[in-house]
Amino acid sequence: MIPTPDLSHLSAQDYEHVYEPAEDTFLLLDALEADAEELRSLKAVVFLEVGSGSGCVSAFAGKILGPSALYLATDINHRACDCTRRTGSQNKVAVHTINTSLTAGLHQRLKNSVDIICFNPPYVPTMSTEALEAQGLRGIEGSWAGGSDGMQVTNTFLEVVHELMSPTGRFYLVAVKENNIPKIQSRMECLYQLKSKIILARRAGREHLSIVRFEHTAAPTL
Amino acid sequence: MVRLLTHNLLACHVKGCTSNNFPLQFQNAQIELREADFNTDFLKNFLPKLEWKALVDSAKDLGDTSLPLEQPEMLDDEFLKNLHHVLLEIHVEEGSMTCPNCKHSYPISNGIPNMLLAEHEIG
Repeated sequence: MIPTPDLSHLSAQDYEHVYEPAEDTFLLLDALEADAEELRSLKAVVFLEVGSGSGCVSAFAGKILGPSALYLATDINHRACDCTRRTGSQNKVAVHTINTSLTAGLHQRLKNSVDIICFNPPYVPTMSTEALEAQGLRGIEGSWAGGSDGMQVTNTFLEVVHELMSPTGRFYLVAVKENNIPKIQSRMECLYQLKSKIILARRAGREHLSIVRFEHTAAPTL
Repeated sequence: MVRLLTHNLLACHVKGCTSNNFPLQFQNAQIELREADFNTDFLKNFLPKLEWKALVDSAKDLGDTSLPLEQPEMLDDEFLKNLHHVLLEIHVEEGSMTCPNCKHSYPISNGIPNMLLAEHEIG
């Protein structure tokens, strides 16, 4: 059993601006833990968390993969970047934090290189304008407001994630029922040759949460 | 933490800026040296992913000339020690990084690089 990262350094004040780990976060941790053996055997060199928030997931990945991997974390919210960095040091995982939207600025150099990608996106269906505004504000609203079908931000990343994944790379996505997971899966397979599986699902209050894991159907041509 | 390892992975992403947009050049870099745990596996794993010339040049900009111009074939202890120091122990806390092509400047504040662009600059 891998312990949940120590978050005692984060305060209520931090959580006014940064998403506090909740059921969705913990479901992602459980999915990573269930895959821990396989992830170790993949000999992951590069781990990337997109929208890292508190940094809980990156720190947890650090406990699974150990010090011979690189941990990169991005967030559009600079306060989240600061929390992620602090959570890394609190848990003795060197998390390299970058304040950016999704993987902007990293994409060019990380092509075909990332072994594990985690993304717990803003998946809550809202008005489309609300999601846009939330990303523009770069605050806590951006951690949940997902626009139409809750997919507005996620869709942008789904168009490019295949370029980042290494040949044996894996991509873990948090999604809810309203996101229409079967549609995501068929589109990703059809457009980008990424096969996928719902590896864990749980109901939390009103939310039907799932973790979808993607991998290349065949090694891409490098 | 902007360390040279992170820096080696960042390129300018302003709309239309697609060539000569790497490596970003440090400006007014305030540096702190902090010891990091030495891990040979990490260094060996990561070596093939590095843009070597960019690393050597950027290290030089920050005042470190310990790395050879060409990546050596034999990874001896001294080389790995220097590589470890350059990649992981030099922290740029404040300053900025400028694109060699379009001159866009990305600030570094509190050790975190800010790669965000305004709406009209996004490709």
